[in-house]
Amino acid sequence: MATTTLIDKQDVKAVNTGAKTAGSLYAARKKIFPKRAQGAFRRLKWIIMAVTLGIYYLTPWLRWDRGAHAPDQAVLIDMASRRFYFFFIEIWPQEFYFVAGLLVMAGVGLFLVTSVVGRAWCGYTCPQTVWTDLFIKVEELIQGDRNARMRLDKASWGPRKLFLIGSTHLTWLLVAVATGGAWIFYFADAPTLLKNFVTLQAPFVAYATVGVLTATTYVFGGLMREQVCIYMCPWPRIQAAMLDEDSLVVTYNDWRGEPRSQGTKKAAAAGLAVGDCIDCNACVAVCPTGIDIRDGQQLECITCALCIDACNGIMDKIGKPRGLISYSTLRDYNHNMAVASPAPGVIDPHRVRNALGQFVDTLRHFEWRVFFRTRTVLYSAAWAAIGLALVFALLTRDRLEVNVLHDRNPVAIKMSDGSVRNGYVIKLLNMVPEPRIVKLSIEGLPGAEISIAGLEGVRGRSTDIPVEPDKLRSLHVFVTVAPQLLKAGNTSFRITASDMQSFESDVYDAIFEVPENMK
Amino acid sequence: MSGKREIDEISGVEVTGHEWDGIKELNNPLPRWWLYTLYGTIIWSLGYVVVYPAIPGLTDATKGLWGWSSRADIRNEMNMVAEGQKAITDKISAMDITAIMADPEVRAFAISAGASTFKVNCVQCHGSGAQGGPGYPNLNDDSWLWGGTPEAIVQTIQHGIRDPIDPDTRITADMPAFGKDGMLTPEQISQVGNYVLKIAGLGNDEALATPGAEVFKANCASCHGDNGEGKQDMGAPQLNDAVWLFGGTLQDITHQLNTPRHGVMPAWEARLGDTKVKELAAYVLSLGGGQ
Repeated sequence: MATTTLIDKQDVKAVNTGAKTAGSLYAARKKIFPKRAQGAFRRLKWIIMAVTLGIYYLTPWLRWDRGAHAPDQAVLIDMASRRFYFFFIEIWPQEFYFVAGLLVMAGVGLFLVTSVVGRAWCGYTCPQTVWTDLFIKVEELIQGDRNARMRLDKASWGPRKLFLIGSTHLTWLLVAVATGGAWIFYFADAPTLLKNFVTLQAPFVAYATVGVLTATTYVFGGLMREQVCIYMCPWPRIQAAMLDEDSLVVTYNDWRGEPRSQGTKKAAAAGLAVGDCIDCNACVAVCPTGIDIRDGQQLECITCALCIDACNGIMDKIGKPRGLISYSTLRDYNHNMAVASPAPGVIDPHRVRNALGQFVDTLRHFEWRVFFRTRTVLYSAAWAAIGLALVFALLTRDRLEVNVLHDRNPVAIKMSDGSVRNGYVIKLLNMVPEPRIVKLSIEGLPGAEISIAGLEGVRGRSTDIPVEPDKLRSLHVFVTVAPQLLKAGNTSFRITASDMQSFESDVYDAIFEVPENMK
Repeated sequence: MSGKREIDEISGVEVTGHEWDGIKELNNPLPRWWLYTLYGTIIWSLGYVVVYPAIPGLTDATKGLWGWSSRADIRNEMNMVAEGQKAITDKISAMDITAIMADPEVRAFAISAGASTFKVNCVQCHGSGAQGGPGYPNLNDDSWLWGGTPEAIVQTIQHGIRDPIDPDTRITADMPAFGKDGMLTPEQISQVGNYVLKIAGLGNDEALATPGAEVFKANCASCHGDNGEGKQDMGAPQLNDAVWLFGGTLQDITHQLNTPRHGVMPAWEARLGDTKVKELAAYVLSLGGGQ
């Protein structure tokens, strides 16, 4: 279709072409000046950035009342007391399997998302992408869009350049400090730590953490950017195993774009068939990793979809349908290429369009059905099963536990009256932030009595033990069996801890051991 | 290796010439910053060589500018630990054993500290679980030769038993060698042995035990008590119980009547100091014996 709108060709070249035959062992980084993109995906990325950064910066400041005996910070990783608080959930170190379970879910979720929409993690939510996006925005606000930045880069150093570049780096550093600063508030009471931090009374590790995270944020987001994705991150390499022919990936649809031509009018006049791509390079100019999507799927592509936005904008301007660059599956792409190609390597634009210039019906387009495949259903099922198992475990977990360790050296002691004594280290875990009286008792083992080191006057088969809120109390408990009731060998009995108010209890199946020579 | 460079058709990248089963290595260039990072680490390592011990000589190594050594490191660490514990060890040295056992915090510290001292100094005789052995008392039970009260245990650890070096050690007239020195006839020894088995409830020959009662009254009761209940201030063991230091068979008892053995325990106060002695006592009391 001829058009009156003039689209300038961007002067831009993909960074990963040309250098390949340079012959040098080492390649200098080529500067990338991503042009501002506008469109649905750019908007989606702004929203995701706002949500993820919002969660990251604000979470430590949420309060959650847990009563007098526990911190009131909603999300807190308390390393010193080895507790993890997450709203209504409190996790002790031995319950770390909840975190492991969440990590497994994150892993399976990543497989699921990747098999459906390719590297969506890389393109939308990876911190490297989010912060790079933010840093590019800062750069753009201070120095202007792509062309202005390129001019500034070429300009010789003067007060203006010094001011613009200097304030860009300064703003980056401020963002980086805020990033590193937010991290530490997850590990201590946020308001107290902030006060101590600014009055220079916080522990050294807080300053060191902020320092390291400031440095990495500044270097990775401001200076290294796509180099991190291309050379440092293992994830792009793992992708190949997770994508299949039905995964939606950012694709340049050669079958409708080729042969690309800048001069569609001239070509039409000359009777040459041309595709929809007008070779304006808009897709290359917006790319944050500096590649040309028209070269096909590449390791460098983080599938941020900004090229889709850029190209759709151009298609709107020249009055062509959107989707020259789109999320497509390899299966659809291959099918459409077969429709368009009379011979390998040749694309005939007439084969995909009818006389009116509309696409022929044999072409395949996006269908929701690609979301529901054996693979994605299995991933979803595994993901949901782990999630349900975790919820079940969370709802049924014990908040009162008794752990018992039978003394091994010595196992049994003969007392002067001929009775035999076994020792046990009994740990009572009160896993709620309230003080409790735990009734410790033994069942079975006729003739047995308990006594506890350090607690005088405890005699009998049960005793009440106060346990502080959210604490473990360790007791050395002695069980003694009178001589006339002794049985040589091992006798099973039960050690029970119960809370008479909440009716929670936990039981340990213990052994009382009498060596042959002590009977 | 000369002539035209070979270019991979699909990627347009030069190949190195290395080939394995038709798979060719592409000669993608390394990013330059990666190279600079390598140089950076080399310079960093030079810094290490200068400030830390690095270059070995025949008998020693260069010391480094910072004079760091792992030995000094651990020494500093130990000093810091000792400094951190000073408040509580000061308390222990000022308190007596009863007060220590009554204060939960001090007691817990004293027991842990005592346990580690015990592992170094006491396990050789009393065993790693303080369960003792033939001739070496079990410290877990409720049978105490020289007293099992907190004060008596402290005294025993301080001054030892029959320790020739400590003037305050506890030593009394040892048990006579009734058999070896001919104070009792073998028949009387057999009789009194059976009587001792009887009061201990260990099974005996009644025909011998009956005359044995008389022998016991005449020779043994002055130290071991009329009913064999023992006397702790003399270190005379209780005989009417189930705990036997040198064994509870007729043969063991006869052996003791003929040629008695007497335990010796070193005095520890001079070696360990008062604080550590009290910590040891706290540990021993925590074993559940004590009186």
